[in-house]
Amino acid sequence: MTTLLPIITSIIKVAIEAGSPLLAGTLGEIFTERSGVINLGVEGMMIMGAVSAFLFSQITANAWIGIMGAALIGGAMALIHAFMSVKLKVNQNISGLALAMLGSGLSSLIGQKYIGIPGYTLKPILFGLDALTIFFILLVPASWIILFKTKIGISIRSVGDNPEAAYSLGVNVYAIRYICTVIGGVLAGLAGAYLSLSYIPSWTENMTVGRGWIVLALTIFASWNPIHALIGSWLFGGIEAIQYRLQPLGISPSLLGTLPFIFTIIMLVIGTRERVRKRMGAPAALGKPFIEE
Amino acid sequence: MALAIIGVVFLVYGVNPLSAYGAIFHGAFGSIYGLSETIAKSIPLILCSLGLALAFQATFLNIGAEGQLVMGAICGSGIALTFPEWPAYALVPLMFIVGFVGGALWGLLPTLLKTMLRINEVITTLMMNYIAIRILQYLLFGPWKGKTAWGFPYTDIFSSSAQLPTIGGTRIHYPTLMIAIAAVIAAYFLVERTTLGLEIRAVGDNPDAATSDGINYTKVILLVMMISSGLAGIAGVGEAAGIYGRLRLGISQGYGFASIIIAWLCSLQPLYTIIVSVLYSGLLVGGEMIQISLGLPKGIIDIFNGVLLFSILAGEFLIRKKGRSEK
Repeated sequence: MTTLLPIITSIIKVAIEAGSPLLAGTLGEIFTERSGVINLGVEGMMIMGAVSAFLFSQITANAWIGIMGAALIGGAMALIHAFMSVKLKVNQNISGLALAMLGSGLSSLIGQKYIGIPGYTLKPILFGLDALTIFFILLVPASWIILFKTKIGISIRSVGDNPEAAYSLGVNVYAIRYICTVIGGVLAGLAGAYLSLSYIPSWTENMTVGRGWIVLALTIFASWNPIHALIGSWLFGGIEAIQYRLQPLGISPSLLGTLPFIFTIIMLVIGTRERVRKRMGAPAALGKPFIEE
Repeated sequence: MALAIIGVVFLVYGVNPLSAYGAIFHGAFGSIYGLSETIAKSIPLILCSLGLALAFQATFLNIGAEGQLVMGAICGSGIALTFPEWPAYALVPLMFIVGFVGGALWGLLPTLLKTMLRINEVITTLMMNYIAIRILQYLLFGPWKGKTAWGFPYTDIFSSSAQLPTIGGTRIHYPTLMIAIAAVIAAYFLVERTTLGLEIRAVGDNPDAATSDGINYTKVILLVMMISSGLAGIAGVGEAAGIYGRLRLGISQGYGFASIIIAWLCSLQPLYTIIVSVLYSGLLVGGEMIQISLGLPKGIIDIFNGVLLFSILAGEFLIRKKGRSEK
């Protein structure tokens, strides 16, 4: 017992830390998708957040400015997607994909001079967790309240479920979709900032390793509910923690590395089945552009 | 439009965009070596983009060509490494067949999840990419690690009967090229002249209406995806047996992703995949040359892909808008 307890607490701590960027990204995507926009470009926004946080903190010697830079860049990228999908009404799957590619390329272009330089690190402030992690956790109840207990939340959800009806009730469909998509980008940017300033304080190409795609699966698994997002993210973080624990046992790190992706598919299946069973709906107008009559 | 935006990127790097484009073109088409490299690189692009064009026509967004290519390469290489003594006329066809099956199987799970549970195929096909690449890593660092690979993540060189013949002195492995061209022609007839082609287009237009017209959605998507991911698998065999002569890490240079763009640039028409793939391949070859001479980073290809995709979307928007105002 005396030897087991520290192992368990360390696994939990790693799970929370590894789950942190997933949580931020998923909360953001929940806002985006609740408003009826699907943004598959999370991976691109996250990696751009990671590189800009690193860059801005290097230039200004201040981690906080790095974080703000990441939020700004993530938001700006989401704005492109919002413009493409809300204004131009193009296929949102493809626009998101383009955003992911753009982010991956731009980040490696911008970051190539910074590979291998140690970065600015966020210091732990509570229970050994840093400010960003705690902020993300606090965002969970906050987002839940906004989405389900406020007038704004009702507007967001109605825009995602039935934009025509919301529009006839005087809700500005376009504005809400723009704002929610940008919120998604800001949070994906912050998730990236967490990766390059806290989780692995440095910059390496493709350091998000698919986390942006995992976020999309988590959003479905969480049935677009912030509280379920917390559970899902920590579960996923736990997988990452266990991965590190199993490595010394001689299991190939490459094979262990497939775990998060296999688990993503499993989560998608579970999430979808749950949804079908409980008839918990995805936003009914998800991915469909709104056309004013 | 995409050219203009990338031009700005060149400017930021202090390079005259016009001379950069000139250098790309010259590098890709201006010499025998450049031209042969362009054709060699276009082979996997034709196969993958053709498969994707078919899947996209049925509105199945297969983003997994990269993983399907890798899986095809793994399966084909497995045959090459297991039966090195076999004569080429038996070994090579078997490698291609097994590669096709391997790629197709890799595309099967996302397809089933889509048809049975309506799970977003973009996410699942991408996840399958990550898994395939890690399995490749595992094999190359573990059981398949070559004795003569000096610690590099390569298998041993295939036996000579498993190596694809090339056109004298170039890297153009013509058996794969011939398969690719035959596949393009076959796909053209499939889409234009067969019931399945009709069904593909019907499903693509409106899956619900197609289903109520008595078309079996699951069957159509399943067939299209088996072809689509199988073709990517063949591309993988070609790369392993034709270009490198072994299985190695980085067996695909992002061909699966580039093919997404190519398929859209072709407006999903099978016949166009050949010409667009050659042009795109020229861009890769020429781009590589200027990357080396001008010191530009690798990421520029991804940026180009992203910007190009946005431009296609914006272009579609403009066409749609024009169409509407004419009505």
